[in-house]
Amino acid sequence: MKGAEAVIESLKKEGVEKIFGYPGGAVINLYDALYEEQEIDHILTRHEQGAAHAADGYARVTGNPGVCVATSGPGATNLVTGIATAQMDSVPLVAITGQVPTDMIGNDAFQEADITGISMPITKHNYLIKDPSKLTKVMRKAFKIAGNGREGPVLIDLPKDIQNAEINFEYKDVDIRSYQPTKKGHPLQIKKASKAIMEAERPVLYVGGGVIASNASKEVRKLAELTMTPVTTTLMAKGSFDENHPLSLDMLGMHGTKSANYAITESDLIIAVGARFDDRVTGEIEGFAPNAKVIHIDIDPAEIGKNVETHIPIVGDAKKVLKKLIDRIKEQQVNKEETEWHNKIERWKKEYPLSYDNKGSRIKPQFVVEKIDETTPDDTIIATEVGQCQMWAAQFYDFKRPRTWVSSGGLGTMGYGLPASIGAQVGKPEKTVWDIAGDGSIQMNIQEIATATKYDLPINIAVLNNNYLGMVRQWQELFFDKRYSQTNLPQNPDFVKIAEGFGAEGKIVEKQSEVKEAIEEANSSSKPYIIDFRVEKEENVMPMVPAGASLSEVIDSEDLRGG
Amino acid sequence: MDLHIIGLLVENKPGVLNRVSGLFSRRGFNIESISVGVTENPDISRMTITLEGDEKVLEQVIKQLNKQIDVIKVTELKEDYVERELALIKVNASNPDERSEVMQVADVFRANIIDVSKKTVTIEVTGDQEKIDAIIDMVKKHGIKELAQTGVVAMNRGKKSIKKGEENE
Repeated sequence: MKGAEAVIESLKKEGVEKIFGYPGGAVINLYDALYEEQEIDHILTRHEQGAAHAADGYARVTGNPGVCVATSGPGATNLVTGIATAQMDSVPLVAITGQVPTDMIGNDAFQEADITGISMPITKHNYLIKDPSKLTKVMRKAFKIAGNGREGPVLIDLPKDIQNAEINFEYKDVDIRSYQPTKKGHPLQIKKASKAIMEAERPVLYVGGGVIASNASKEVRKLAELTMTPVTTTLMAKGSFDENHPLSLDMLGMHGTKSANYAITESDLIIAVGARFDDRVTGEIEGFAPNAKVIHIDIDPAEIGKNVETHIPIVGDAKKVLKKLIDRIKEQQVNKEETEWHNKIERWKKEYPLSYDNKGSRIKPQFVVEKIDETTPDDTIIATEVGQCQMWAAQFYDFKRPRTWVSSGGLGTMGYGLPASIGAQVGKPEKTVWDIAGDGSIQMNIQEIATATKYDLPINIAVLNNNYLGMVRQWQELFFDKRYSQTNLPQNPDFVKIAEGFGAEGKIVEKQSEVKEAIEEANSSSKPYIIDFRVEKEENVMPMVPAGASLSEVIDSEDLRGG
Repeated sequence: MDLHIIGLLVENKPGVLNRVSGLFSRRGFNIESISVGVTENPDISRMTITLEGDEKVLEQVIKQLNKQIDVIKVTELKEDYVERELALIKVNASNPDERSEVMQVADVFRANIIDVSKKTVTIEVTGDQEKIDAIIDMVKKHGIKELAQTGVVAMNRGKKSIKKGEENE
């Protein structure tokens, strides 16, 4: 069997059904092996970056590693932003790149780029295969590393001659002596944690993307209900805890709710699960939960103690640890009741709900998000671009189920949402998929509408069009004296014509009264559908913790007016 | 800032040194020295890294190194360990008096003279950083033409070893 065929056979052994990619000279053998392939569908994107994000979106909604393929040189470097996005959000991804033949490596050959060197800091691990006999082993290792422990992207660089080499196909499990992640939490630490939880008066569960990755939503709910602990989720954990649940504080951090940020500040016990105390979450670190003990449950020991001091670290898989913790607490049969803490939180939630001023003649972007929420089923997948659109989607769509939120949190990649929603729709063909976009970010990978059309993927795109790079404009308004340097986009293209040009459908919506109808039309359309919502131009994302301030200093529109 | 010595066992594969040193620069850790060589098992290399930083930095360094797939084992060497460095020092010595003076210094430090020319003497010295600094200080007045140092290599004393470090702790 040729190396190229062995790659395809390996993918099958790994249970891969869909791959995203773009052919080129250095992967021509691999694509030849795909030519008559029945079991694996290849989705041809219009740019390699699109392939990487699509594979990432596919992975986030299915929980299985996404696979993308690109040729050497520019094909490989075009994957870089997608790989970095997956790395920052711990998404399992296997990227396969072609490489010039082994005897030409290092010669500055045509379309040669040192992609293992380039991708070293943005992958969990990577491989350059120089010995064909190692090919299948590397494939197995790549999937094992990508999908095990703290998940992440793995890149395999595959020289052309290796693809063409004759090999004996044998696919066996491999042991990686240097990679044995701890999954079970330490019993003593779990005991300590349960004690701390039982003794806490003002506990908060601070839940991150690790809960989605380990499918631990049910356990989070059980623990929260059992111990009457309010829950705040990070951007990455949206959907892991029903935001309509009475114990939900919604999102915390820079654009989180006031109630979540106040609760963290006054808490005496933070139970962090699969979260990494990112600067967008903590605000100024000294002011983060100043009176709280911290329990930190994480599969990655390097996250523990990285940003904040941890009193009870538990290294392990969130689901496994939470189960043990719940069992332990149940044994003690202590009933937790409503206390002054819960009343206080209730008061905050009533006093400071997420809100916006729905006056004025123009459509409010938040209104669009609310209408999408209203008209779509609970299992709808919401992908986003990055910036204001992303924050409004996070704030005004009530997430109820895990793996329905697909957004670039860590890297903050504009241009992510459209290809990611394509990957999501490929992974979950039966679901409604929306990409909530801005007029800036949608233009970063707009060519991918062609991919959606080609594969009959009925994704919907809501462009919250304010003719600005809105988040940067907001910062310029608030912190740079309204000097709108290079954030004005007065001459946006006609998004409807673009959609139509690609064979999709589109509509411009300028009146609030037409918003709902247009969304319903998109929902029921069998084609990709773009709605160009002409929204309020200088609407801000509120509440907001200004950069460098602590969470207790969160401001909203009223504070701004008052000040 | 404290100086720490870390011993690493890593896969003996191309690019591993790059992964380790890249990690240090990327995360802003300061390497004082790094030395690498193969171990008794040809599949495994051993690195010795000396770095500057407080306990918190050290903890992150060890955790981040452990996260690297090609890193098999990481331990800090503290208390009961031996460390050695090797330096080659080429010193100006253009007359017999100078030569004999340099040789005497070398003798005191139990260093070897490994090359002599009409104008230079080359000393090979092993020891800890302090000893090497001391001999450099002594021969400096003759003028040092060239200096090459290996960086620290270190290991635990006695039966304790990096491979079984955990069992003994």
